[in-house]
Amino acid sequence: MSASVIAPLEVASSSRLRRTLLWMRHNPMLSAGVITVGALVLIAVFAPLLAPFPGDASVATHPFSVLQAPTWLHPFGTDEVGRDILSRVMYGARISPLIAVAVLLIATVVGVPLGLVAGYFGGVLDDVIMRVTDIFLAVPALLLALALSSVLTPTIGSTIAAISVTWWPWYARLVRGEAASIRGRRYIESCRALGIPRWRILWRHVLPNATTPVLVQMSLDFGTVILTASALSFLGLGVQDPSPDWGLMVSEGQAYFLTNWWLVTFPGLAILITALAFNILGDGLRDRLDPRHRMFQ
Amino acid sequence: MTRYALRRVGLSIIVVGGVMVLTFLISHVIPADPAVNWAGPHASASQIARARVILGLNRPIWSQILHYFSGILSGNWGISIRTHRSVLSDLMQAVPASLELVGAAIVIAVVVGIPLGLVSARYAVKFPDHVVRLFAVIGVSMPAFWLALILQLVFSRDLHWFPTAGEYNPVLAYAHPIPHITGIPLIDGLLRWDWPLVTSSFQHLVLPACVVASYPVGVVTRMVRAKVLEASEETHSQMIRSLGFTERALLGRFALRLAWSPVVQVLALVFAYSLANTFLVEAVFDWPGLGNYAAQSIETLDVPAIAGVTLFVAIVYVILNLLVDLAQALFDPRVLIS
Repeated sequence: MSASVIAPLEVASSSRLRRTLLWMRHNPMLSAGVITVGALVLIAVFAPLLAPFPGDASVATHPFSVLQAPTWLHPFGTDEVGRDILSRVMYGARISPLIAVAVLLIATVVGVPLGLVAGYFGGVLDDVIMRVTDIFLAVPALLLALALSSVLTPTIGSTIAAISVTWWPWYARLVRGEAASIRGRRYIESCRALGIPRWRILWRHVLPNATTPVLVQMSLDFGTVILTASALSFLGLGVQDPSPDWGLMVSEGQAYFLTNWWLVTFPGLAILITALAFNILGDGLRDRLDPRHRMFQ
Repeated sequence: MTRYALRRVGLSIIVVGGVMVLTFLISHVIPADPAVNWAGPHASASQIARARVILGLNRPIWSQILHYFSGILSGNWGISIRTHRSVLSDLMQAVPASLELVGAAIVIAVVVGIPLGLVSARYAVKFPDHVVRLFAVIGVSMPAFWLALILQLVFSRDLHWFPTAGEYNPVLAYAHPIPHITGIPLIDGLLRWDWPLVTSSFQHLVLPACVVASYPVGVVTRMVRAKVLEASEETHSQMIRSLGFTERALLGRFALRLAWSPVVQVLALVFAYSLANTFLVEAVFDWPGLGNYAAQSIETLDVPAIAGVTLFVAIVYVILNLLVDLAQALFDPRVLIS
């Protein structure tokens, strides 16, 4: 009796597993990206439990374990004040990815409404908003973020602010294009004929068409924002010591790197792997959601 | 065509004006007190007051903006706090070295990226394609400053193949004067048949150029693959196939031609990105270009210099974009319709 109840469930779950495995075999890169991003999230959330030296990530100094090469006790070695680099790299997963989340949220919250308004209403408003985005897009994002954060007090908040200022125009552009192409459609005209208020048409009928490209763009930008943030902290303009930020760790390790290779190697590898995983994920998401790009990119 | 060109030039001027407003905000408005910064850490109150007058901070903001604009237009980009020299002449001195570095990176991007993109498209969704795509996505995900350090560890410290710092071996200057024609030692050496200088500057160029090239190579590879595949799906490609051309000839001879225009366009974008990326690379290689100048200015909070570099790179970018657009309109009149 019980066997007959359980059996179909088992079949279902095993076939789902097989489907997943099959999909992973066909998309080896994408599945590696998904797994890496998942692992990163887990490391960020459970860093205090996973890190072998929990209290060491930021403050503690250990004069007797300074600059030790990787061993079983310290798989990534120790830094110039004796902190365990593996633990610091793990805690670092809480910093730059969080900066990226904040930047992308701010960029969409600012850029999407401006793009909607510009694309839907057109006219002078459109011209003004688009010229302003032109100005911001004429300066490479990294450069503008560097210039801005060099005149702000270096904190995590000013890093987020500086990168957000350079990032919103991309979203305004993207959404403006979508909104402008939807504006003339029949169903929007009929909404207007029904007397639906303009802000409601924008919110309920125009915005949903722009969500997919915005989501794809956000996932593609995640890696780039992480690279920009770590570049800022590499130049000493981002989060400050003793914060276990990856870019900052590479910057600090630079003083000793020719004799102690592990100081710069592991934090930098963490930046590369994180940016790589999110870029692969973003590409995969775009292929899936945007049929124009399927197979081509 | 003339109308289109005039419109594009007009828009570019507006954009440069807007960037000038941005750099004005960065250098004059956002800093808490630029005068304190200018006068130095041990300045007295009267020195700070004098600095305020010199910098024009006691005047109303619209007058400051006008003064800033007229200064930029007449070649007065402010005085660097660190070097106490004109920012514009500092920049001009640093330009050739950065041009050499970014130029070499773009050459690498074209020479490596186009064949890789073609291979990837030829074997689409097969093993070589997966390998090339992974390589390309690693290129665009690479933290440049870290790659610079790792290459120095492997190729300089361990293998001793390449030097770690400078544009050429400074010892050469003792043997005979270094020719100074373009300011780029590799080209100057070639012009004067100065082989020791050529080999030395080439050896110094390899590592930083490879680092700066990592992003452009990835971008070009992906672009070529995408555009070539797109073209090979079109009806005219079926025609070429039916005429008996091999797939290889189709991609390399016909589809690639269609990929050129977007690739050139993306190269202009990548050029500006790479100029900004040199900020992270040149300091590691002690390369005497814009990036090193900017990194040192950032370290000393030399705000006029930082604003100057920002404005300079933005102007280069706007001009490049304008040239690409105009060239495209010239060679492909379809652009004019839209």
